[in-house]
Amino acid sequence: MTTRRLVVALGILVLAAVLGAAALIVRYGESDEAALAPVDIGGPFTMTDQYGATVTEQDLLGHPSLVFFGFTFCPDVCPSTLAEIAAWLDELGAEGEDLAVYFVTVDPARDTAEVLGQYVGYFSPRIVALRGTTNQTDEIVASYKAYAKRVDMGDGTGDYLMDHSAAVYLMDSKGDFFDAIIFTATPEEAVAKLRKLIAAS
Amino acid sequence: MRLFSTLALALALVAFGGAARAHDLQIGDLELGHPWIAEAPPGAPTAAGYVDIANQGETPDRLLAVRCAFAERAEIHEMTIDDAGTMQMRPLPQGLEIPGGQTVKLERGGFHLMFMHVMERPVAGDMIPVTLVFEHAGEVEAMFMVQKAADGGMEMDDGMEMEMESGQ
Repeated sequence: MTTRRLVVALGILVLAAVLGAAALIVRYGESDEAALAPVDIGGPFTMTDQYGATVTEQDLLGHPSLVFFGFTFCPDVCPSTLAEIAAWLDELGAEGEDLAVYFVTVDPARDTAEVLGQYVGYFSPRIVALRGTTNQTDEIVASYKAYAKRVDMGDGTGDYLMDHSAAVYLMDSKGDFFDAIIFTATPEEAVAKLRKLIAAS
Repeated sequence: MRLFSTLALALALVAFGGAARAHDLQIGDLELGHPWIAEAPPGAPTAAGYVDIANQGETPDRLLAVRCAFAERAEIHEMTIDDAGTMQMRPLPQGLEIPGGQTVKLERGGFHLMFMHVMERPVAGDMIPVTLVFEHAGEVEAMFMVQKAADGGMEMDDGMEMEMESGQ
């Protein structure tokens, strides 16, 4: 019995060592890229805003930005977050006037430019809605290491929901990832992060 | 004596019937606190409803279904955010259990009533009737108050609401 326990314990130790080494190798394997971009969020995209203008990663340069992924069929997280963003902008006032805000739809099939324009305009005229083709949407989702997946409701109505990343990405004036604000952040925490972003941009 | 208790029961039923029209209300062992719907942005096909359900009894009850006239369909949904920050919304086909002696809050970032294909946009100040169907307590029509999402479901009496309106 004791010998068996010892063998099991040794086995676990060996396994842990192997896994640890593997994790190190994976980390080192990635380190070349990681050295260039500490957190590899952000990158190329080509989308269209609610007014019909093309917006690319170049438009993020020279000012801080917020990027948030969502869809208008979403009743809870998306409108709550957009309402919070509008409140943050109010709180920042003139201090936040250079801050650009992008709402990226992960559901271009249902979210037309017209629907999006009405939707974001309700929260703040400062919010720019970005929409793309399926390929363009896939590209920006990949660039931001975001996640978007269609989930059919399976009730015969054809309705579906989208699982998606719920964090607000803070991008600096070089277009690099600076920080993120998660859904559960308090207004004070959020505004403090935005002040840091603005100061660094 | 029996007549008396029957009368009392009838009176109680009338009282409950009346209370079912009010904003906060009682149905059997359940107390529904501050039912509200977040004002929907123009063009939004959906809206979310929230309410606190307190079960003052000892036996669990279950919110089974939701019905309303202002949207094509209503469901009970759970929103979760995983460690990677991904948001998921899922219908609860078995409904939502309200354990005995506990309060289940439908609130932002958790459970909500999902109103789909809104035919009439809920606007702040509206009172919208929504029928909640419970396994044991039965059906009740609650008046859901529409508030701006930014107000965060703050409990407001009519006076406060008017104050806020005039302040705008």
